Amino acid sequence: MQKKVACSFPDEVLEHVFSFIQSDKDRNAVSMVCKSWYEIERWCRRKIFIGNCYAVSPRMVIRRFPKVRSIELKGKPHFADFNLVPDGWGGYVLPWIAEMAGAYPWLEEIRLKRMVVTDECLELIAKSFKNFKVLVLFSCEGFSTDGLAAIAASCMNLRELDLRDSDVDDLGGHWLSHFPETYTSLVSLNSSCLGSDEVSLSALERLVGRCTNLRTLRLNRAVPLDKIANILGRAPQLVDFGTGTYGADLQSDVFSSLAGAFSSCKELRSLSGFWDVVPAYLPAIYPVCSRLTSLNLSYVTIQSPDLVKLLRHCPSLQRLLVLDYIEDSGLEALSSSCKELQELRVFPSDPFGEEPNVSLTEQGLVSVCLACPKLQSVLYFCRRMSNVALVTIAQNCPNLTRFRLCIIEPRTADFLTLEPLDVGFGAIVEHCKDLRRLSLSGLLTDRVFEYIGRYAKKLEMLSVAFAGESDLGLHHVLSGCESLRKLEIRDCPFGDKALLANAAKLETMRSLWMSSCAVSFGACKLLGQKMPRLNVEVIDESGPPDSRPDSCPVDKLYIYRSVAGPRFDMPPFVWTMEEDSALQLNTIGNPIGSEWEHNMKGIQGLRAQMPFVLYLAELSNTSQW
Amino acid sequence: MSSENGKRLPETDAAGLNFEATELTLGLPGKSRVTSDGGAKLGSKRGFSETVDLSLGDKKDTNKLGQTQSQIDAREAAPGSKAQVVGWPPVRGYAKRGKKSCKYVKVAVDGAPYLRKVDLEMYNTYQQLLASLEDMFSCFTIRNFLNEKKMDQVNGIEYVPTYEDKDGDWMLVGDVPWQMFVESCKRIRLMKNTETVELAPRTPPKWSRRS
Repeated sequence: MQKKVACSFPDEVLEHVFSFIQSDKDRNAVSMVCKSWYEIERWCRRKIFIGNCYAVSPRMVIRRFPKVRSIELKGKPHFADFNLVPDGWGGYVLPWIAEMAGAYPWLEEIRLKRMVVTDECLELIAKSFKNFKVLVLFSCEGFSTDGLAAIAASCMNLRELDLRDSDVDDLGGHWLSHFPETYTSLVSLNSSCLGSDEVSLSALERLVGRCTNLRTLRLNRAVPLDKIANILGRAPQLVDFGTGTYGADLQSDVFSSLAGAFSSCKELRSLSGFWDVVPAYLPAIYPVCSRLTSLNLSYVTIQSPDLVKLLRHCPSLQRLLVLDYIEDSGLEALSSSCKELQELRVFPSDPFGEEPNVSLTEQGLVSVCLACPKLQSVLYFCRRMSNVALVTIAQNCPNLTRFRLCIIEPRTADFLTLEPLDVGFGAIVEHCKDLRRLSLSGLLTDRVFEYIGRYAKKLEMLSVAFAGESDLGLHHVLSGCESLRKLEIRDCPFGDKALLANAAKLETMRSLWMSSCAVSFGACKLLGQKMPRLNVEVIDESGPPDSRPDSCPVDKLYIYRSVAGPRFDMPPFVWTMEEDSALQLNTIGNPIGSEWEHNMKGIQGLRAQMPFVLYLAELSNTSQW
Repeated sequence: MSSENGKRLPETDAAGLNFEATELTLGLPGKSRVTSDGGAKLGSKRGFSETVDLSLGDKKDTNKLGQTQSQIDAREAAPGSKAQVVGWPPVRGYAKRGKKSCKYVKVAVDGAPYLRKVDLEMYNTYQQLLASLEDMFSCFTIRNFLNEKKMDQVNGIEYVPTYEDKDGDWMLVGDVPWQMFVESCKRIRLMKNTETVELAPRTPPKWSRRS
């Protein structure tokens, strides 16, 4: 019988088979087959990804997976990048490091995103994990170069140190000297976010010279232009290079040694950095341009003609990050030079200016979409858009997987017809069937959400700002988007109804963020009380929300599923809506006979009569939509 | 300034304060400043009643700076003075695009349980910075107005912007030229007006740090 066959395989054989299964999804499926497979699989799982550090506790992870070698954790919500999450919110990694220090002595890799990392954490990592190899701190904060020095001094097998976009207290470049002279294992170093003017150039040069496996080196701004040639000369095997400052008075000897250094880097495929660029120095990179697949010019403040001159040398380019100085004309040129383009990001040079400072419109994006058949990922900041442009984009780029459009002025209508942009974005979701990530902007009614709910079946992350008219909009998204994992909303007129009617949906998602919307405190309490596997956190900076009537809207709301229960490290301005044995809705202070009061009393009445799930269904059926 | 002559202006007297008087003019210490009523001062710092009070109250009420509508229009017409929505457009805060440096300082408001960070490099004048702070913290006191009925306060709370400089001293925002401020400011604190009244109007150039 089948059961006997399964048991007749020794565990080691099954373990060996499972070692070929890498993806989390597949591993999870394997673990669900039967109890013995669950057991075998959990002992041999080496890599864990935790998309929300509060969804599970370190102890729970360690208990289930005792032999982990690589962990990835994410902390703060995405909107923390834009100053919407107050300081001190959370995302501390120390509890994780502390537990893993004892449980995973053979841990090799730690990758963190938007977490608070202290020097104490870094010191603990340095002394706890003897075979530590990879540290990636993506948009993290809370540590200084002293912590990095501890890592450098102790981690003999370190391969990768990547601090991308982190907020580091840079006390000077001396931390680099803490890599011992015997240390040669470095493969990847990204210190481009370090802000100090001091850098220990000699330590850097020696480090680069002795680490012959170095493939990625991204320097910070403090490294001057005239040192680049020397550094490159010691690492001609580099694949990914980020310069420091790329500006200086033009000197022919500096230029020629720079050009010479670049031409000996035959493996170079990716360039970045280029702070303070002086256009006259750009031709120094021409020798490598024909092989470049990735170019990050997002700090390059030069005008379109110079940008175009450079891009004409890069026919293999797959990924381009650039400022809007490129203008429509430059994007047109890009579209004819770079047919392999897969990802385009255009950032605003003057995001807070009231008037456009460059001639960049929807036309630039349209020309790229028309001419670059492999385009999959777009992030585009501009000041005007039209439905017809969006429809053109949708029809010509059906393979888009990520589409993020930011029209700088909120609620900007179609500039040709003055209508909302519902139809345009509707075309995007209808034609781009593999769309996984979408960010909306411009004037949008509930209709756009109807389209999204109907068509965006593979959508995993949606960002919404200053859009919609009623709860119907939110309801369309929550009820229609089957693959939705992350939803972040700000300044939209979405209230209680859609949220409560789709409460069960929230357990199928990683998280929901809503700020400056119209969700009442009472609804938050109800949700928290009735959904034990959701953490419902109210962020309110003006004082305890229960000092106000329940009908008052909360400032910010963050809801995420969790098997760890409410967290304990919340700052004073975050309140978690706990399970109460008896739901007490404070109707005192609410206008008598208000719609809110009526709704809430209705819910209370129903609650007495039937299980929560059923009366939520009731709620959506009795809706006015 | 009027109060230097011993007159005390009632706070709601809009006509008494013209735009120039409330502007954070930045004479270097020792330089004489010609004031609106023609009196010249030599090197002394202004007293509290002369400085701009950062009004974080309900925007629907009369502007606490006491400016007339034309002055408000003039202020809003100044380049870069448009009120900014927090976190919009969604550009990464520390994307140092094309800027020489990025000067992030924490901003604390007395009574608020949270901090904000602002990048001083994003502003060119005190007025722009203060306008942005007003926006950033407006929700705080707008929400407070629900409590005010119990506390019976009038027209919101006024805050005085102060900052800690490199030497650890607490200074009044606006006392030094803008560039000097940007370089020396370590963090900003918006103090409740009630607290600052305790400090004498003509204090020496620096206040020692209060424990």
